[in-house]
Amino acid sequence: MNAHTGTVSGKERYRSGVMEYKRMGYWEPDYVPKDTDVIALFRVTPQDGVDPIEASAAVAGESSTATWTVVWTDRLTAAEKYRAKCYRVDEVPGAPGQYFAYIAYDLDLFESGSIANLSASIIGNVFGFKPLKALRLEDMRLPVAYVKTFQGPATGIVVERERLDKFGRPLLGATVKPKLGLSGRNYGRVVYEALKGGLDFTKDDENINSQPFMHWRERFLYCMEAVNRAQAASGEMKGTYLNVTAATMEDMYERAEFAKELGSVVVMIDLVIGYTAIQSMAKWARRNDVILHLHRAGHSTYTRQKSHGVSFRVIAKWMRLAGVDHIHAGTVVGKLEGDPNTTRGYYDICRDDFNPMKLEHGVFFDQSWASLNKLMPVASGGIHAGQMHQLLDLLGEDVVLQFGGGTIGHPMGIQAGAIANRVALEAMILARNEGRDYVHEGPEILAKAAESCTPLKAALETWKDVTFNYQSTDTPDFVPTALAAV
Amino acid sequence: MRLTQGCFSFLPDLTDDQIYKQVQYCLANGWAVNIEFTDDPHPRSTYWEMWGLPMFDLADAAGVMMELAECRRVYGDRYIRLSGFDASHGWESVRISFIVNRPPQEVEFELLRQEVAGRSVRYTTVRRPPQHVSP
Repeated sequence: MNAHTGTVSGKERYRSGVMEYKRMGYWEPDYVPKDTDVIALFRVTPQDGVDPIEASAAVAGESSTATWTVVWTDRLTAAEKYRAKCYRVDEVPGAPGQYFAYIAYDLDLFESGSIANLSASIIGNVFGFKPLKALRLEDMRLPVAYVKTFQGPATGIVVERERLDKFGRPLLGATVKPKLGLSGRNYGRVVYEALKGGLDFTKDDENINSQPFMHWRERFLYCMEAVNRAQAASGEMKGTYLNVTAATMEDMYERAEFAKELGSVVVMIDLVIGYTAIQSMAKWARRNDVILHLHRAGHSTYTRQKSHGVSFRVIAKWMRLAGVDHIHAGTVVGKLEGDPNTTRGYYDICRDDFNPMKLEHGVFFDQSWASLNKLMPVASGGIHAGQMHQLLDLLGEDVVLQFGGGTIGHPMGIQAGAIANRVALEAMILARNEGRDYVHEGPEILAKAAESCTPLKAALETWKDVTFNYQSTDTPDFVPTALAAV
Repeated sequence: MRLTQGCFSFLPDLTDDQIYKQVQYCLANGWAVNIEFTDDPHPRSTYWEMWGLPMFDLADAAGVMMELAECRRVYGDRYIRLSGFDASHGWESVRISFIVNRPPQEVEFELLRQEVAGRSVRYTTVRRPPQHVSP
């Protein structure tokens, strides 16, 4: 399939009219990507009858220099350098009619340190291109030369842990519920109870901004009273993600400044504010010693379906470059979409300094992060204390586990819910470090810890049968080949 | 109040056998183990006093336990914590930290509020003097 189709050159190449993309220099199967190239992997679904090579070359063309017809003004440029080059097209295993197209882009095509520019090229016009039924950006290889032009996470996992003086265990959080309708005063009550009970963080939900029932300043003031009370009552650092998402940058800066003045260690933004606003807030966060939490609100509209859109692994990479400190990356066992292997791929992208290619996790390229700070993944949505062994096994230690309902819905109250989660977590870490087979002995370890902790006992009883076992839609296309035993 | 800093403060105080196993876990990971003590465990009090240097190149947790016993003998009326330090690239910081000794009477904090402009409050967490000082 990866045969040459004959790139036209010289005078012929620039004769006015329409020419196939694959003959214009956008299909170069012999091209070897440079270490400094940006590489994008697309899942291309051509319209019926459209040659997959031509479709893939068109993606390269439309995401770089091409337009629908030959233009002589190409000759005023080093056009061959600026053309993105599709260099490999593979059939997607088990998905007839879909193809993986590997496309290399010269570094000069991109502005330093700008996700807006990167994404405007790679996912700009091309996703609406008529000869394609569907198109999905699956993964990207970002060259070190480009990675180094980004700030990266404002704080990073290590410094976040140092600032909060919390090591050796996942951090615990909860989203205040109900997410809409509480007054500032009542909202702060939930924050206080959860933090005093033993959580490290509470969190605004994505759509808590400034509504008739609670103006943002009321929320900030009451939340900080709660945080400080809980801190004094436990002798331990506490935080609450104050969502500063607003209509304009000016509003967001105003809210963030107020949060900082009140002494908040963390503020929060939603993905829907856009890449440029996210990068601005990341710079603000670094300048002001504030941790920046990102809620991935809206991502499922384009990440969930496999045929069209952008994979979340690409969004995770962009967000690590953009410079947020926390990102929601799935729970596997909770209520929201999340295949275990695919989710593992996201977590690796957030936390490792080097990601080796791992097709079974959906990771298509070796990716070096060149010592860019690590991004703390957040697991949130439908998780509870009874799953602690699974969560620790699947998500590891550097993660924020957010038990919203699993704290606030506790039959004995919010503090009891928080205690249950913290005791379950510490018991599991202790057992893991002691070398116990905590994944299999998990329920037993929890039951033992519950003997001296009534809140944990009640939590285990309340949620013992709650699971969310549904088929994932976004799963890897490759399964590991079982090796014969030797 | 029970100071809840560290990895295991919500569990019953660890026995020496449990501490030994956690130290062994640190050593197995190649982390240096550090013993620190303080009578100032404010949430922002980063630098507790070091009981000697961090113990690098140790094979057996018994060495740490001996030092801990000695530290407890001298500073048993203070907070003592153990931490595991990971010097590997990209981390170069603490990996685990937990309290292994508490004073007979635990610290109490109180919150001072300074009312400033508008409805804002400046908060300061300060140590409350011990209520009953033993003779």
